[in-house]
Amino acid sequence: MAKKKTIRTIPQERNPIPVQDAEARIRNFSEVALGYGLENALNECERCLLCPQAECVVGCPVRIDIPGFIEKISQGDYRGAYDVISDANLLPAICGRVCPQEDQCEGVCPVGETLEPVAIGRIERWIGDLAIQEGWENVPYIEPNGFRVGIVGSGPAGIACAADMAKAGCEVTVFEALHRPGGVLRYGIPEFRLPNDVIDAEIERVTGVGVKFECNTLVGRLFTIEQMRDEMGFDAVFIGTGAGSPTFAGLDGESLNGVMSANELLTRCNLMQAGEFPAYDTPIHLGRRIAVIGAGNTAMDAMRVVLRLGAEKVYCVYRRTRDESPARREEMEHAEEEGIDFHWLTAPVEILDDGAGNVRAMRCIRMELGEPDDSGRRRPVPIEGSEYEFETDMVVYAIGTSANPILGQTSKLRLNKWGYIDTDENLATSIAGVYAGGDIVTGAATVILAMGAGRRAASSMKAYLGLRDSEVVYLAEHAEGAARLFGIDRAEKNFARVRVA
Amino acid sequence: MTKRNQPGPEGDRIVAGGTAGNEASANRGFEIVAREDFSDQTFLLDIRHPLLAKAARPGQFVIVLVHEHSERIPLTLADFDPAAGTITLVIQAVGKSTGEMQRNCHVGSRLLGVVGPMGEPSRVTDAKKVVCVGGGLGVAPVFPQARAFKENGAYVIGVVGFKNKELMFWEDKFKTTCDEFIVCTDDGSAGIKGLVTEGVRSAMARHDDIDEVIAIGPPIMMKACADATRAEGIKTVVSLNPVMVDGTGMCGGCRVKVGGRIMFACVDGPDFDGHQVDFDDLMNRLKRYAEEESLAMERWSESCRQSRETPAPTPVAPLPAPDPTSPAGPQDT
Ligand SMILES: Cc1cc2nc3c(=O)[nH]c(=O)nc-3n(C[C@H](O)[C@H](O)[C@H](O)COP(=O)(O)OP(=O)(O)OC[C@H]3O[C@@H](n4cnc5c(N)ncnc54)[C@H](O)[C@@H]3O)c2cc1C
Ligand SMILES: Cc1cc2nc3c(=O)[nH]c(=O)nc-3n(C[C@H](O)[C@H](O)[C@H](O)COP(=O)(O)OP(=O)(O)OC[C@H]3O[C@@H](n4cnc5c(N)ncnc54)[C@H](O)[C@@H]3O)c2cc1C
Ligand code: FES
Repeated sequence: MAKKKTIRTIPQERNPIPVQDAEARIRNFSEVALGYGLENALNECERCLLCPQAECVVGCPVRIDIPGFIEKISQGDYRGAYDVISDANLLPAICGRVCPQEDQCEGVCPVGETLEPVAIGRIERWIGDLAIQEGWENVPYIEPNGFRVGIVGSGPAGIACAADMAKAGCEVTVFEALHRPGGVLRYGIPEFRLPNDVIDAEIERVTGVGVKFECNTLVGRLFTIEQMRDEMGFDAVFIGTGAGSPTFAGLDGESLNGVMSANELLTRCNLMQAGEFPAYDTPIHLGRRIAVIGAGNTAMDAMRVVLRLGAEKVYCVYRRTRDESPARREEMEHAEEEGIDFHWLTAPVEILDDGAGNVRAMRCIRMELGEPDDSGRRRPVPIEGSEYEFETDMVVYAIGTSANPILGQTSKLRLNKWGYIDTDENLATSIAGVYAGGDIVTGAATVILAMGAGRRAASSMKAYLGLRDSEVVYLAEHAEGAARLFGIDRAEKNFARVRVA
Repeated sequence: MTKRNQPGPEGDRIVAGGTAGNEASANRGFEIVAREDFSDQTFLLDIRHPLLAKAARPGQFVIVLVHEHSERIPLTLADFDPAAGTITLVIQAVGKSTGEMQRNCHVGSRLLGVVGPMGEPSRVTDAKKVVCVGGGLGVAPVFPQARAFKENGAYVIGVVGFKNKELMFWEDKFKTTCDEFIVCTDDGSAGIKGLVTEGVRSAMARHDDIDEVIAIGPPIMMKACADATRAEGIKTVVSLNPVMVDGTGMCGGCRVKVGGRIMFACVDGPDFDGHQVDFDDLMNRLKRYAEEESLAMERWSESCRQSRETPAPTPVAPLPAPDPTSPAGPQDT
């Protein structure tokens, strides 16, 4: 780089991302945000000040060397940029699409103090997509250490942990209950936001570092966590089973036909392809006027899916205001452009029957904001006498999820009072050698936080197994044929071998 | 020096074909090793799945995926043999998915996915005298429970119901397991004429010390059984079969009302206290996809009709031909 960039010398405008026109996109499942082209990406990289003490890196839960990869791009070394990212994160095309960057890396970007922050997520996605297109793999040199690691759940937490353990030389198997890997990425987030091809391609990278995926395996029932450790020969186990259990509100009328959880709706559509019924066997009985309760990412996805499946009218019913909505900002804006009818400060009271067991309408009550609650957001309180009815024939609940009970039912793992797995600060559970992370520990959060937890657990597991937790690259002569260097030095390796023997 | 970081032949495992641990990836899916047809509607499949056979307990179920486009079909474990490494399913062809299984599942063919065992196992209590009631598609699933109670030292009265004699199966199995065995048929062509509730009432009339009734079958039958035992206050356990998707507690589609509370049948059940279950709610919810089900059935029947003219039975889970270009086996381990 020639001259040091300053806030005044960089391009002032953030490069816009091309999107599919709202009119057209509500009739298809193709991606909404089309991604940067080369020119946009290079321009956006010019906007980065390459801060030496980069705050964005600290803002990233998996600590991607952001200025590092941006600099590589500016130098024209795209492959090098991919290697920098994928050392920390094997799923850049996924994270570039779904991370809430505004709360993380982009939220702390100094450029953002004066101008719009650098569009780090969009650049990340561009590199991720390029890597898929070019078939790049970042397969480091790996020397097997004889340890076997079992991972329960193939969501982002499990994948991130699996990749790190495999790179450290362990033999890693991921067990997944569903018939396809990916967790929420697969069954929850819809095609127009995260195409299945992208998930497939990035998961393939994970198999590329030696991780094995076993689908159709319900851990706890087919074998228990204790059996994995004691009978199946796993030296360490990581649990990343997510917080997939949908919550209902307990209102009258909830078991009427036409009421379902967003998880059911999205699973039918994304995992089972119900949109293509009868070519695919799983049906979805779509309403015409559909009310979705909640305003987070899940609600946005549910609304936009039913819109694309052909609903006439889609309502969002949320008891707080737009400002309190936890959805990713871009998704909210896209939903608004697509014509979702938002009813802020509105709470459902009862779902009404058509006399034949189906939904006819919903009774709602208006709310106003009162004192701040524990979360710091102002608490919505009902306005007396403001109840009203509106017509709808399908109600979708997207008001949150809780812990899945299966592992609690089948093992001695200590759970907290909400049913999530109790861990210490190193993510160790109450069973020796068993670690947990992601939504099953924290409650529903984000893809990248789950991945961060997976990586943190991996580093604890390496300590438990006596493996050095290091990303330092060693001795060139190890490198036969390996694309890059990574791993543990020879002396330490020998130590691990002695231990195993 | 070993290098095991090449994408191995297991690469394709990430696609739906999880073999749960112990089979080579070439044998994608789960092999059907035996089939028996009880009638033109009901058939039995034995499927090889050693781990599952070992883990299975009475009252649990599996989810089956037949092929890439199929739904996830919940089916109760009608039996399991850890020594042989097989599980047994007894299936009634009532719609498209089960009809397709009836037509295409032959010995030697493979199911794309078999997941389980799912659900909480039935509680085999210390009850001294139990009545195990099975109606229609519930006859097979009640068998492992009858056997488990028998092994636990209980006096077991088996009551099974069919439309007519032609549809009957497993009479021998029940007779050798149960201390008493009562058959009911709608038309009286075998055993008592009437519904299984007749059998239950007759057992109750002869025994005043029944500790527990286990009833499995269509919701209307389980409801009738629960009603029959309510006055006597006899504990009655039913096994609910609402429409399911994942079977792992993730979608809530299988929710049922029990004692006024919402429960997910796939993880909290499928067994519940029959006196607490809201059967009307269950029956209403089973109608959710009636339109789509009949559409699927029509289309399916039509395609069967057409393919009968040009017979070319499709394999159940079309196996990808082994790829000769893929690396042969682990590099040098
Ligand atoms: C609709 C929707 C949209 C979202 N959008 C975003 C977004 O845009 N950005 C964002 O950052 N976050 C988003 N999130 C949140 C994010 O997806 C989750 O926080 C994240 O996926 C959690 O990862 P995880 O690995 O902990 O669990 P999950 O992704 O839930 O994966 C857990 C996996 O474990 C499997 N499993 C569970 N129990 C067992 C068992 N007993 N045996 C074997 N396997 C088991 C499950 O089947 C599942 O595949 C969204 C969530 C939803 C539901
Ligand atoms: C826990 C559980 C265990 C089961 N065990 C068995 C078993 O051992 N043997 C067996 O033959 N069947 C069993 N069933 C029912 C079986 O899953 C359904 O018959 C099957 O999914 C119907 O699919 P289809 O496409 O053939 O018929 P569809 O055309 O989809 O349905 C035909 C009829 O079956 C009813 N039906 C649809 N889905 C279900 C369902 N999930 N449960 C009950 N009824 C349904 C519908 O109301 C409809 O009237 C079980 C269901 C559950 C939930
Ligand atoms: S089948 Fe989805 S929660 Fe039970």
